[in-house]
Amino acid sequence: MTIISKLAIAASLATALTSVSIAQENLQGLTVGFSQIGSESGWRAAETSVTKQQAEALGIDLKFADAQQKQENQIKAIRGFIAQGVDAILVAPVVATGWDDVLAEAKEAEIPVLLLDRGVDAPEDLYLTMVASDQVLEGRVAGDWLVADVGDADCKVVELQGTVGSTPAINRKQGFEEAIAGHDNITIIRSQTGDFTRAKGKEVMEGFIKAENGGADICAVYAHNDDMAVGAIQAIKDAGLKPGTDIKVVSIDGVPDIFSAMVAGEANATVELTPNMAGPAFEALAAYLKDGTEPPKTIITESKLYTPADNPQGEYDTRKSLGY
Amino acid sequence: MKRFQLERLANPQLLALVAVLLINWLLFPNFFRITWQDGRLFGSVIDVLNRGAPVAILAIGMTAVIATKGVDLSVGAIMAVCGAVAATMVVAGYPTPVAVIAALSVGLVCGLWNGFLVAVLDIQPIVATLVLMVAGRGIAQLITEGSIVTFNEPSLIFIGTGSFLGFPMAAVIALVLMIAVTLLVRRTAIGLFIQAIGVNRAAASLAGIHSRMLLVLVYALSGFCAAIAGIIVAADIRGADANNSGLWLELDAILAVVIGGTSLLGGKFSIPLAVVGALIIQAMNTGILVSGFRPEFNLIVKAGMIILILMLQSPLIGNALGFFKRDTRQAGSK
Repeated sequence: MTIISKLAIAASLATALTSVSIAQENLQGLTVGFSQIGSESGWRAAETSVTKQQAEALGIDLKFADAQQKQENQIKAIRGFIAQGVDAILVAPVVATGWDDVLAEAKEAEIPVLLLDRGVDAPEDLYLTMVASDQVLEGRVAGDWLVADVGDADCKVVELQGTVGSTPAINRKQGFEEAIAGHDNITIIRSQTGDFTRAKGKEVMEGFIKAENGGADICAVYAHNDDMAVGAIQAIKDAGLKPGTDIKVVSIDGVPDIFSAMVAGEANATVELTPNMAGPAFEALAAYLKDGTEPPKTIITESKLYTPADNPQGEYDTRKSLGY
Repeated sequence: MKRFQLERLANPQLLALVAVLLINWLLFPNFFRITWQDGRLFGSVIDVLNRGAPVAILAIGMTAVIATKGVDLSVGAIMAVCGAVAATMVVAGYPTPVAVIAALSVGLVCGLWNGFLVAVLDIQPIVATLVLMVAGRGIAQLITEGSIVTFNEPSLIFIGTGSFLGFPMAAVIALVLMIAVTLLVRRTAIGLFIQAIGVNRAAASLAGIHSRMLLVLVYALSGFCAAIAGIIVAADIRGADANNSGLWLELDAILAVVIGGTSLLGGKFSIPLAVVGALIIQAMNTGILVSGFRPEFNLIVKAGMIILILMLQSPLIGNALGFFKRDTRQAGSK
């Protein structure tokens, strides 16, 4: 490890520590309401538990409301939070529209609202900030990894897309294509939708392997989420090939099962969609409460790359405990 | 007898299946190539059998339900529930046979519930089974606690990915089930009773058929089939995915039954042809995967093919093509 990278790590640690202390000083004893969409996926469950952990570490009294995928429940919860006179409100909005009235009520009560992982179609002055990931960046990080990994060698890639027309599928495809543009040795030879599920990921990969000379012509598979990658890994194994070596596997999300695949040497890289949306939100809130610092309207979370070099067993254990 | 079988081979469903397979072959010349690998057959046609098995199994139960002029919308959700039961039980340390029997029993109970609503409370089938279609997925999520429950129990995984004489286990199970249920309804009077209920339940009851009992059993069979399909799907991906397991498969199953020539108005049904219908749907899916079409075209291609197949079955067009004549003779020979 070079001195520069050591310094960089030390510096980032220092910033992290100071920001925690700023957050701790200013948020201790506050009451924050959190209206969560529901628990439709493992990631959502992890986001909920991370938010609760963050709040506990900062000494925040977190009021949690599960909306069970319904906007009217979220609006009811937010009105409830306003009536209780909380100090701030976190919302993971289930849909983009229909928030103007309730956000205006919160603004009138001078309660800052912070949006987590999804945006809303409402005037920007009605909320403090939105914390979200950049899905195009996620695809680009995955593509950059492949570009660096194959070097000058020829590489034919098959792509497992998310649900046709969904925003993450469009963005993650775009980002990956941007990353491999200009590298003529890497080409996407087949692209089909696996609907973000394991079963479809496996079925589509089976088809790809048959269509490409028993898999011999495929150098790597890029899946828009880890679940499809897990399905693809099984299909590769069923075809008598070794995932991770015969066919490289790169995907997005960072769910526990992809880390256990990495431990087994069957997956090569994943880009994390962090469940920690609350951390940056609490930091922004602390700075705002301290001296009225207006945060940017959009805070982009880090899209971190994980490879088998990043202690996959440890990552698996931590994530498993978050309720993925 | 010989002429009778020849006529059966010429029915529109089998011709459609052959046509779809031939189109796949044109789009992808290696479609029919089958190799022997790791003690099993390996090739696109085998994929069609393997991937088509869950819908084929659902279609077997669905055919019986539709023949009574009913419909079972809950089979997809029952798949999710039963997969979740099997997965959580092996994860909790129960041996595979216990987990499988428990999952099958849960499927049976779900089916009995549907049958109770339809036959005893006289709720319309589409509404009665909608209840479990909605609630079932919630129950499955409760069982899995919202996450995908993964397992590594080899004997359970074998049900989904193992092979018997080189053929995928799922396809073998579907074939055995198809033969068993077909013999049950065609070699006994049960098939006739089911048809009678489908044509006119009141008249069937007056004629001395225990229509209430039979209806309950038909829905129980559908639930049982869904349980088998749910176990296969979970075993295949080594995990129970409560959100996605069996999602919309009830519609594929109904489509397979309809392609198989069973009337939605009840009274006329064929279980083997429903299985052929399921294979036609899967042959299209697999064909799309190996052909290299863009995913945006998947649904359009599928819909176009289905319209063609259903048009072939319409009496008007069938008559023009000469199918209808054979069909009437066939019906007469039964």
